[in-house]
Amino acid sequence: MTEYEYAEKANVFQTWIKDKIFLGLSAKEYLKSLIKPFNIVAGIIILIGLPFMIIRFTQGLAAVTHASQDQPWGLFLNWGLFTGVPLASTGFIMATAVYIFGLKNYHPLVRPAILTGFLGYFFAVVFLLFDLGRPWRLPYPMVVSFGTGSVLFLVGWHVALYLSTQLVEFCPAIFEWLGAHWFRRWALKVTIGATIFGVILSTLHQSALGALFLLAPGKLHPLWYSEFLPAFFFISSIFAGLSMVIVVALVSQRVLKSQINLNQAENYDQLTLGLGKAASFVLLTYFCLKWIGVAHGNHWNLLNTSWGHWFLLEIFVFVLLPCFLFAFAVRNRSVGLTQFTAIFTILGLIINRFNVSLIALNWRLPHREFFHWKELIIVIAIITIEILAYRWIVNRMPVHREHPHYREVGLEENF
Amino acid sequence: MSLNRRGFLKAIGAIGSSSLIGNYSKAIAQEHFPGYPDRLGVLHDIPLCIGCRKCEWACKDQNKFPNKPIETFDDKSIFEQKRRTDEESYTVVNRYPNPKDKGKPFYVKTQCNHCDEPACASACLVKALNKTPEGAVIYNKDICIGCRYCMTACPFYVPAYEYHNALTPQIRKCTLCYERIIKKGEIPACVKICPTQALTFGKRSELIKLAREKIRSKPGEYIDHIYGEREVGGTCWLYISGVPFDKLGFPMDVGTKPYPELTRGFLTMVPAVLVIWPALLGGFYMFTKHREEMLKEKEIIPEKKEEQV
Repeated sequence: MTEYEYAEKANVFQTWIKDKIFLGLSAKEYLKSLIKPFNIVAGIIILIGLPFMIIRFTQGLAAVTHASQDQPWGLFLNWGLFTGVPLASTGFIMATAVYIFGLKNYHPLVRPAILTGFLGYFFAVVFLLFDLGRPWRLPYPMVVSFGTGSVLFLVGWHVALYLSTQLVEFCPAIFEWLGAHWFRRWALKVTIGATIFGVILSTLHQSALGALFLLAPGKLHPLWYSEFLPAFFFISSIFAGLSMVIVVALVSQRVLKSQINLNQAENYDQLTLGLGKAASFVLLTYFCLKWIGVAHGNHWNLLNTSWGHWFLLEIFVFVLLPCFLFAFAVRNRSVGLTQFTAIFTILGLIINRFNVSLIALNWRLPHREFFHWKELIIVIAIITIEILAYRWIVNRMPVHREHPHYREVGLEENF
Repeated sequence: MSLNRRGFLKAIGAIGSSSLIGNYSKAIAQEHFPGYPDRLGVLHDIPLCIGCRKCEWACKDQNKFPNKPIETFDDKSIFEQKRRTDEESYTVVNRYPNPKDKGKPFYVKTQCNHCDEPACASACLVKALNKTPEGAVIYNKDICIGCRYCMTACPFYVPAYEYHNALTPQIRKCTLCYERIIKKGEIPACVKICPTQALTFGKRSELIKLAREKIRSKPGEYIDHIYGEREVGGTCWLYISGVPFDKLGFPMDVGTKPYPELTRGFLTMVPAVLVIWPALLGGFYMFTKHREEMLKEKEIIPEKKEEQV
């Protein structure tokens, strides 16, 4: 290699780094551009969380959690798995709507939805690594010993497979970013297969997360324990996913202005109303099914207890009310109210998952400890990393915008 | 192109059916089984227990947990609080008031009940907990990943976790002295040390006969209920008592169905979804694709006509 060739190669590499990683800026300029209030706050949150993360792995779970023998699952799973996974159902819902049912208007939201889903699952695994006693044994259910009669075995396998599936679904964006044409064409070809596979996996593991609690009939309060738990978890993941797509579109419009042009912003508003309408309907079916659950277990007498009031609050204020608010907002074409309701619905989902996996679980025990503040600090730090990861990817890969070299990826172009 | 897609869908089907349906149908095929015929167990005659807690000492001694001299276990002040099993105590004795005779409280020994069809074993995703034909539910620390689902699943709040251990944490619970019984032909440490015959070790089927005989011969002293005979589908530890079991802290809402049956229905649904969804969604996709093609033709044909003109 002559000196000239070598220099040219080094130059190509430098340009690549500059283009792909530093957003076309020099290293110095890029680092300077990072000094913004948001980044500083995020950095501080992560710096506070870091020592606690180290403590967890060096001194054991007891150093950051309540280490309760009665309530073995704390915030890592309550938030990371039981809440994080339904909120990450965005990918399978939007991919199904667009690729299977041909709702092409929603195409601009597919990639943001898949990215949200992928990161949701990825970080669910991260939370799992924090919570498992021996995280390095995470692959054991796949390779060492198979507890096929366990619902958790199904969850483990499906989350792993679905994480891979979503990576495949997101591959076109990655390859457009890298300019790998051949790989991109290959990734597009498997879109339909990956989408159908994703729906199968999502149906099963979203409901399996509910089915986990079927083994706790005496521990979970009867108003939340129901043989319909798998159906409750699956249906609620749908309205949660729809609401998350609305929120992702909203936040992207506000925060990622460079990525979204005016036309797209108007388009997002239209799509938001459509998503709200769908969510309203799903919320209504969920509300009805909840009552069938109460009737099925004949738990009417429990409704007028303090647990019953909490249950009624959950399903009237956080299910039926958003159902009406969505319907009202869509009828009056109020994008703002739809967005507000989406946030409200997500809050409702969080309350539901915390009720099942934490608050109404072990309700008979006289002494209850929910979670340790150190656990909360770690969770907030990880969520912050998740948000930064989303922004890092969106600023580089064609997620909200279209890549100039690749025209709109319609259904017909896939095959 | 379409061949590729078909090939991909086929591959998915193959992966789904072999890796998932195969496994689950095996799990589901296991219908209700009547329990290992010669399984062993212990009968706890609660009215005979004097709360000396020698069983606690013997258990710690047997399992090499940090222990105190046996005399210190006479201290009755420990009964002021209700205790549960933890990572250094496989068994604990709690005191409950006797509604008939205030001077003679009841003492109840708690440990793993060694269910005939254990919830913990059906919860475990790596089969680290297993029911042995001898009756003991034993734990394999070499494959446990530490998810603690067994603790959530156990209706009796028995398994405990070594939260303070960063590198090699284990689930800890009573083993029915499995190693000791099988390898040396002895009886469990707690039973051996019991000074009042409140604990009897033997074949479960014999213990049930013994319990029935005790209840029959002293109707004033025992209520007509053997806890563990039918609860959660049957347990190897059995209890007889002078007062209803809910007065002694026993969970009464566990039912008589074996816990693995609670999730069996859901697991049965899995193969159906794996087959129905691809058919349904694939069908819808074909509708969509056809519609796209029709739309395209409509767009193209008028243009062609214009060209001809």
